[in-house]
Amino acid sequence: MQLLHFAILSPFVFAFIIPFLAKYAKRVHTGWFVLILPVLLFIYFLPMIRMTQSGETLRSVLEWIPSLGINFTVYVDGLGLLFALLITGIGSLVTLYSIFYLSKEKEQLGSFYVYLLMFMGAMLGVVLVDNVMVLYMFWELTSLSSFLLIGYWYKREKSRYGAAKSLLITVSGGLCMLGGFILLYLITDSFSIREMINQVQLIAGHDLFIPAMILILLGAFTKSAQFPFYIWLPDAMEAPTPVSAYLHSATMVKAGIYVIARFSPIFAFSAQWFWIVSLVGIFTMVWGSFHAVKQTDLKSILAFSTVSQLGMIISMLGVSAAALHYGHTEYYTVAAMAAIFHLINHATFKGSLFMAVGIIDHETGTRDVRKLGGLMAIMPITFTISLIGTFSMAGLPPFNGFLSKEMFFTSMLRVTHVDLFNVQTWGALFPVLAWAGSVFTFIYSMKLLFKTFKGNYQPEKLEKQAHEAPIGMLISPVILVALAVSLFFFPNILSYSLIEPAMNSIYPTLLDSHEKFHVHISQWHGFTAEVLMTLGIIVVGTIGYLTMNRWKGIYKLFPSKLTLNRLYEKLLTIMEKGSYRVTKQYMTGFLRDYLLYIFAGFIILMSGALVLKGGFSFTTEGMAKIGIFEMILTLVMISATAATVFARSRLTAIISLGVVGYTLALFFVIFRAPDLALTQLVIETISVALFLLCFYHLPKLRLKKKTRTFRMTNFIIALGVGMIVTLLGIASSSQRTKDSIASYFTKHSHDLGGGDNVVNVILVDFRGFDTMFEITVLTIAALGIFSMIKTKVKEEGKSGE
Amino acid sequence: MFTLILQIALGIMAVSTLLYVIRVIKGPTVPDRVVALDAIGINLIAMTALVSILLNTSIFLDIILLLGILSFIGTIAFSKFLEKGEIIENDRDR
Repeated sequence: MQLLHFAILSPFVFAFIIPFLAKYAKRVHTGWFVLILPVLLFIYFLPMIRMTQSGETLRSVLEWIPSLGINFTVYVDGLGLLFALLITGIGSLVTLYSIFYLSKEKEQLGSFYVYLLMFMGAMLGVVLVDNVMVLYMFWELTSLSSFLLIGYWYKREKSRYGAAKSLLITVSGGLCMLGGFILLYLITDSFSIREMINQVQLIAGHDLFIPAMILILLGAFTKSAQFPFYIWLPDAMEAPTPVSAYLHSATMVKAGIYVIARFSPIFAFSAQWFWIVSLVGIFTMVWGSFHAVKQTDLKSILAFSTVSQLGMIISMLGVSAAALHYGHTEYYTVAAMAAIFHLINHATFKGSLFMAVGIIDHETGTRDVRKLGGLMAIMPITFTISLIGTFSMAGLPPFNGFLSKEMFFTSMLRVTHVDLFNVQTWGALFPVLAWAGSVFTFIYSMKLLFKTFKGNYQPEKLEKQAHEAPIGMLISPVILVALAVSLFFFPNILSYSLIEPAMNSIYPTLLDSHEKFHVHISQWHGFTAEVLMTLGIIVVGTIGYLTMNRWKGIYKLFPSKLTLNRLYEKLLTIMEKGSYRVTKQYMTGFLRDYLLYIFAGFIILMSGALVLKGGFSFTTEGMAKIGIFEMILTLVMISATAATVFARSRLTAIISLGVVGYTLALFFVIFRAPDLALTQLVIETISVALFLLCFYHLPKLRLKKKTRTFRMTNFIIALGVGMIVTLLGIASSSQRTKDSIASYFTKHSHDLGGGDNVVNVILVDFRGFDTMFEITVLTIAALGIFSMIKTKVKEEGKSGE
Repeated sequence: MFTLILQIALGIMAVSTLLYVIRVIKGPTVPDRVVALDAIGINLIAMTALVSILLNTSIFLDIILLLGILSFIGTIAFSKFLEKGEIIENDRDR
């Protein structure tokens, strides 16, 4: 157990302490205690950059279930460290922000910070763990803690709905991913991602390659809110704003991106990976940005924007897979570089935007753009934050979003040159879609900014008198936007420290050991196609924003019945109703139906087993002769049985049953079982008397002496069961392979058991345990009957048993 | 020779039991059936005796005694049920 293990587990440990702090240190906002941890962790992770920069990695094993190969293996490389820094860094800022956002008096701070810390630890585990099973464990923990955080205001119905929806979708994706991991384990016989990468040749040729890939991608796509699984993200906006900023923009939704990047070395050389990842990504980007424009709630705009930006990152990751097929790496790996760069940029500007929206919500009481306006003069700092955030999101200089968007266009343009995987025909689609998506991104960014801060101030529509936020709330977004600006001017502080090691871990096989990725981000490439595209976006986007009222009608072309949310709801209702109907169909509540199922199942299973295992080999060898006396007795028994079945009155049936029992006793006599015959006679008499008792006590009302109605199914089932049992009896007696152990008992009953009655010696001596528990059974039955008769507890109101 | 006679006797008893069973099935009234059942019991006693002679054993004699008792008790129980509607009466005072 190293310090690194403890670093991952420390949030969980801390989460145990928080409730006590929240309860006993009430004067201080609990968030201040929590803040210490992510800051410490950030400081702890920061120096590791030097290690990953020189291409080294850190790996340390803590055995957990070594017999199954499941170990808590921590592995720090460029990619993991980048995410760890994001998680702890943004985690610190969000905690600081939440201190001022959540009120000490009104909210249950203890549970909030426990969930938040749980999430932080789980997320650190996801990105720093090498064992897929442990990764899956942390993955589900992020889903769970996200569920708790979304449903934080559990008294609101919408919160509960959003929480349940996100849990359903992300957990089903997570389960798919578990399936993928297990398939990978079956191929490589190892749970370690390192090991899997080493065996990539084996995986590539395996039949399970495609299923494993698709299952893992399903997990990644559901978590990262890709089409069509993005629907949970807008509903997750019911969470408190710090949660939205942290989970649903900067960290959790990037877990899917992490998994895609992490498994790139294993899957990326296949055409399927290239197509699925890049197409889903680019389509999600366009779809998300298109739908973001029509939203009126600020957080919904940001949610759809997150969906779109995640799609953008994922499409770049998919496209960069082309690099594995071409020697000249730099030309295509620029996509991976852009993906990582945009990942960082997105975390900065989206985090700050969410916080800004939180401030607006906090200070005005609404997030509806139709009610807001003219806040520029009232909230100048928030306006500046939002301006930088939105301009960066739209991809305008001088903010970091501009750089990554330019690189995005570069990579999308370069895909058109790829002549692998039949890209030529559809390659042109990528830049066109990318451009269209960016235009919509521009439009909603402008809408977000100008509808909120420009226009007329409408105090009558607001719940509170708008004013600037307290300074504490502004610190975190200011830090983030400061990063957004400085990353534009000095992007290369990232390139060698974070981006290059991360690329190394995405494509470890691409370079020789001494080579390095050439990562250099410059603000100005000259007058290239990308710049023209950006200019086009600004022009078209501005026109589009100004004329938005004219083309708004386009959204009405999408009927509200055909949305994915509708599909989700319908699917849930259909599943609920359908399963209810199916259950209702066979759970009739009638014992006769259940017996029918049981017997039919018995017939099918037994006959199947007999047919498949060749049970039909009958011999008459070793069978005894049948005398005329036995035959007649059999006839007696058969006719008495028939009389029981066809009897008109119940009394006849009881008497016939008595005949059957007595004849059976006679059979015991013939087959030389005196003890059995004795017992059988007594028991038969008693049970006939009991039957008479029951018969007498039948309720008067329904005492109609009806004959049994004939039912064909019952007849067939009864016939089938009888035949199967008969066949089984004959088959088992004619296929006896070993002698019975009876000879031992007869030989030794006198000298070992001290008795000559072998049956009784077996009952009380050789196998006395059976007898003991038979006695117990009888005792229980007697006590049961006694208590049933004597203790009549009548339930009030309900009809008791 | 003796065995053969015994077997013939058994056969006759079996046939007679079969005839009683027909009475049990057909018997127009319940008392008919009860009497038939009683007779079947007696027949069983006879058959058990014959079988135990045939098998040359005395271990079935218990069964003969038991059958006698049981068939008596059974018939009494049935008769009482037919007459009074219940077998064991309690709360005589009521």
